[in-house]
Amino acid sequence: MTAFKKSFNIKKRDFVRAGEASIKIQNILKLLNMDQKLIRRIAICGYEGEMNVVMHGGDGILTVEIDIEKIMLDIEDNGVGIEDIELAMQKGYSTATEEHREMGFGAGMGLPNMKANSDDFKIESEKGKGTHVHMEFIVSAD
Amino acid sequence: MTVKDLVEKFGMQAVAGEKGLGRSVKSGYCGDLLSDVMANAPEGCVWLTIQSHQNIIAVAVLREMACIVITGGHAPDNETIGKAESEGIPLLLWSGSAYTMAGMIYSAGIK
Repeated sequence: MTAFKKSFNIKKRDFVRAGEASIKIQNILKLLNMDQKLIRRIAICGYEGEMNVVMHGGDGILTVEIDIEKIMLDIEDNGVGIEDIELAMQKGYSTATEEHREMGFGAGMGLPNMKANSDDFKIESEKGKGTHVHMEFIVSAD
Repeated sequence: MTVKDLVEKFGMQAVAGEKGLGRSVKSGYCGDLLSDVMANAPEGCVWLTIQSHQNIIAVAVLREMACIVITGGHAPDNETIGKAESEGIPLLLWSGSAYTMAGMIYSAGIK
């Protein structure tokens, strides 16, 4: 049973609002008195996920589910998709445009950061159709 | 040291987020690559960057930073200022280089 579930829309090229969903999720987790390190890991993953959708993803949805034992983030989009996931997961590999790079993105750290900061990471993608990233974070009992 | 102390000591210009000036500055971070900053910047830091677009505010909020200093004379656009204001993140401007400012802040005891 999911104790709490909320979805946020992410719009293509909406750099103005990018990050807002992650800030809202961070505030919810703070209100729940979650562990600070856990909140930071989730914030990193949410933010990187949002930026991926804004830059490459077309329109997307970020969903957070909070359970007693774990927190899940799902980021689904209908964008360009990823042809070679193994390559996309490599640190430093990027398909960012010059515009993205000027803004300080496109270092090829997004997906590797998300994998490193989540306890479970799954990615599915089809070229031309979109991408779905699923991440889980274990809530420790202490 | 508070953000207000930094502003006064080094003559920085505060352009937004003045309600956060009382925050305590615990450490510092320099970076213009947002993914690196997002992954590594410590909580309560002063962040020195030449990036001036609105996404820096989300990064500062998510990393729970004390404040942002835009160095090198770069100027934030109105959206960035508005976002810093609504999120209460002090946005400071400094015309010199990040290297110089980092050195001064470090010498002042923020390590």
